[in-house]
Amino acid sequence: MQSSAVNESQVVIDSQQESGHHGHPDHRMFGIILFLISDSMTFLGFFTAFLIYRAIMPVWPPEGTPELELLVPIINTVVLVASSFVMHKGQVALKKNDIKGLQLWFGITAVMGVAFLLGQSYEYFNAEFGLTTNLFASCFYALTGFHGLHVTVGVLLILSVLWRSRTEGHYSSSSHFGVEAAEIYWHFVDVIWLVLFILVYLLQMS
Amino acid sequence: MEQVHPQRKWQDYFGFSTDHKVIGVQYLVTAFFFYLVGGAMAEVMRTELATPDPDLVQPEFYNQLMTMHGSIMLFLWIIPAGAAFANYLIPLMIGTDDMAFPRLNAIAFWIIPPGGIFFLCSFFVGAPQAGWTSYPPLSLVSGVWGEEIWILSVLLLGLSSMLGAFNFVTTILKMRMPDMDIHSMPLFCWSMLATSALVILGTPVLAAALILLSFDLIAGTAFFNPAGGGDPIVYQHMFWFYSHPAVYIMVLPFFGVISEVLPVHARKPIFGYRAIAYSGLAISFLGLIVWAHHMFSSGTPGWLRMFFMATTMIIAVPTGIKVFSWCATIWGGKISLNSSMLFALGFLSSFLIGGLSGVMVASVPFDLHVHDTYFVVAHFHYVLFGGSVFALFAGVYHWFPKMSGKMVNETLGRIHFILTFVGFNLTFLPMHPLGLQGMNRRIALYDPKFQAMNELVTIGSYILAVSTFPFLINIFWSLWKGKKAPRNPWRALTLEWQTSSPPIIENFEEEPVLWAGPYDYGIDTESVDGDEEVDDMLAEVAGSS
Repeated sequence: MQSSAVNESQVVIDSQQESGHHGHPDHRMFGIILFLISDSMTFLGFFTAFLIYRAIMPVWPPEGTPELELLVPIINTVVLVASSFVMHKGQVALKKNDIKGLQLWFGITAVMGVAFLLGQSYEYFNAEFGLTTNLFASCFYALTGFHGLHVTVGVLLILSVLWRSRTEGHYSSSSHFGVEAAEIYWHFVDVIWLVLFILVYLLQMS
Repeated sequence: MEQVHPQRKWQDYFGFSTDHKVIGVQYLVTAFFFYLVGGAMAEVMRTELATPDPDLVQPEFYNQLMTMHGSIMLFLWIIPAGAAFANYLIPLMIGTDDMAFPRLNAIAFWIIPPGGIFFLCSFFVGAPQAGWTSYPPLSLVSGVWGEEIWILSVLLLGLSSMLGAFNFVTTILKMRMPDMDIHSMPLFCWSMLATSALVILGTPVLAAALILLSFDLIAGTAFFNPAGGGDPIVYQHMFWFYSHPAVYIMVLPFFGVISEVLPVHARKPIFGYRAIAYSGLAISFLGLIVWAHHMFSSGTPGWLRMFFMATTMIIAVPTGIKVFSWCATIWGGKISLNSSMLFALGFLSSFLIGGLSGVMVASVPFDLHVHDTYFVVAHFHYVLFGGSVFALFAGVYHWFPKMSGKMVNETLGRIHFILTFVGFNLTFLPMHPLGLQGMNRRIALYDPKFQAMNELVTIGSYILAVSTFPFLINIFWSLWKGKKAPRNPWRALTLEWQTSSPPIIENFEEEPVLWAGPYDYGIDTESVDGDEEVDDMLAEVAGSS
């Protein structure tokens, strides 16, 4: 009886700490959303440039571009999309105050993220074209590379959530900004990949 | 005895602080330093241009000065100066104690000094020569490392301005005091919402363009290099998608400053509060769909030219709404011609000329004629100097008592205004006919027939240089020996005047009280209390007296 009262007061203190300075309401999620809107404009810039090249060049992809291998990117797509669902299970677990569940599902997500990056590296090392081969090749590396950078940041975010979750009471069902921020960022990176996959891989097939 | 409400010590302004007031002042002083640097470069250029031959500096060095002058004035003076006012004023105006993300705010500021110094370091490796637009292929062939430093600094400064924008939007939308709804917040906050929207949507696209340009420069790709199958026009589209809205990023905050300054010193309610608020948002929206008017001579197809010509001219409508509202605000007011008001009136007249020449260059046939001539230089200096910088000084004179706790010397302030106004017009007015007669911009030498007019311009620029001295003397003198400023020297109604000058660390001793709207001058708010008819009548009486 007494211990549960202590736990509750602990939760209250934590949520106060989580809400930041001077007890202001927590606006960090709003800030993250503004950031993601902004970041999506970066990708919009890249994608639009790519589409303009595709529209104005007489031959696209340029003469001599080898066919893209589709097997690895398709596996990668499946892994990344699935990881979004896996990650969500972690957040659901946290909502039930199940820290072990959070760690398990977020751990699996991180592994899937690393698997995606390994797949991407495999693709880079086995591609028949380099960064400067032609305009399509440059676009390919710039777009997938910039996205890969985002996946790397996402994996680091998940790892930092895992690291922090080792401290008892750092995350709880009522206080979990870090978990939600990492998750919304991961979903964002996932959606960007789907657009990128369609533009860079599927649109080249004719 | 220890003070109950401690104030900032002067040392606090020289270190890392998360207080929005300290950060605001740090922004303003840093930006002003770079204004002097960029101004010095302009003076060297003008001295060179006093004669048609390149006899003072080498043409390459002239190109470097021209590039650095433009980039510094935009990225290190006007944009940070807008952020300075936003940082200082937003939390005070909406009655809260700080920004939504104070640490992020401090980081946004502390990116700027290293970014600026890095920028200037490019002179050691051969500064960029391709202009602030850095159009490829020119930017790819005029020195790799200077150009790369330019790209990295602009990316850093862009990041700073984005971090600032996240803070402004969140603070304005989420942290207003409980009684203040969005239609009773000061117009400066509205203008910062419009500005921040453009920063959030535009800056990342510039970042994308610069990353690709960087690849072309360093890694040998050919995104924008026609020699390797790329297309420089794509860069121009991406660049202007940010850089045209950037013009509004540079001028909208100062529209906000003017909307604050005019009603206070004319003792009249602002005319058309909602019209001014929403026309700012309209300018941001339209600002995102006009970019290709910078590219009428880049082989842009006719139908696209028509579209961008139309959208560009439509921008004159919301801008005109603002200008007419400001004129109506001071119309019949009890105007006190102090330094702040003089600069605000200087803004109105100069910006009007810049706005009108903007409509002229928006027209395709006219633009093809004056493209890359001094007419364009005259146009954007009337917008950015005649507009932004005049309004900026109006804001400095208006809020200096609040920021420092000292009154400024009005005589020196008026001398500053007269020198600035005369110098400014003497510098930039003759550039209109010079451009119409075909004098090319961005080049160190010109046809000898333009010499007489160029000498006049150079003399004007010297007057402009001299005009900063009364300002600097005034600031230092006032800080040292100035009269102590009361809480509310202008009898203004916005909340920043409800606290001490300078404000205490936590901004307000107690929760501020909203007993009047931000611009209810001459309205007896206590006895009418919401009765609109009486409200209007009283406003009319106040206006005609």
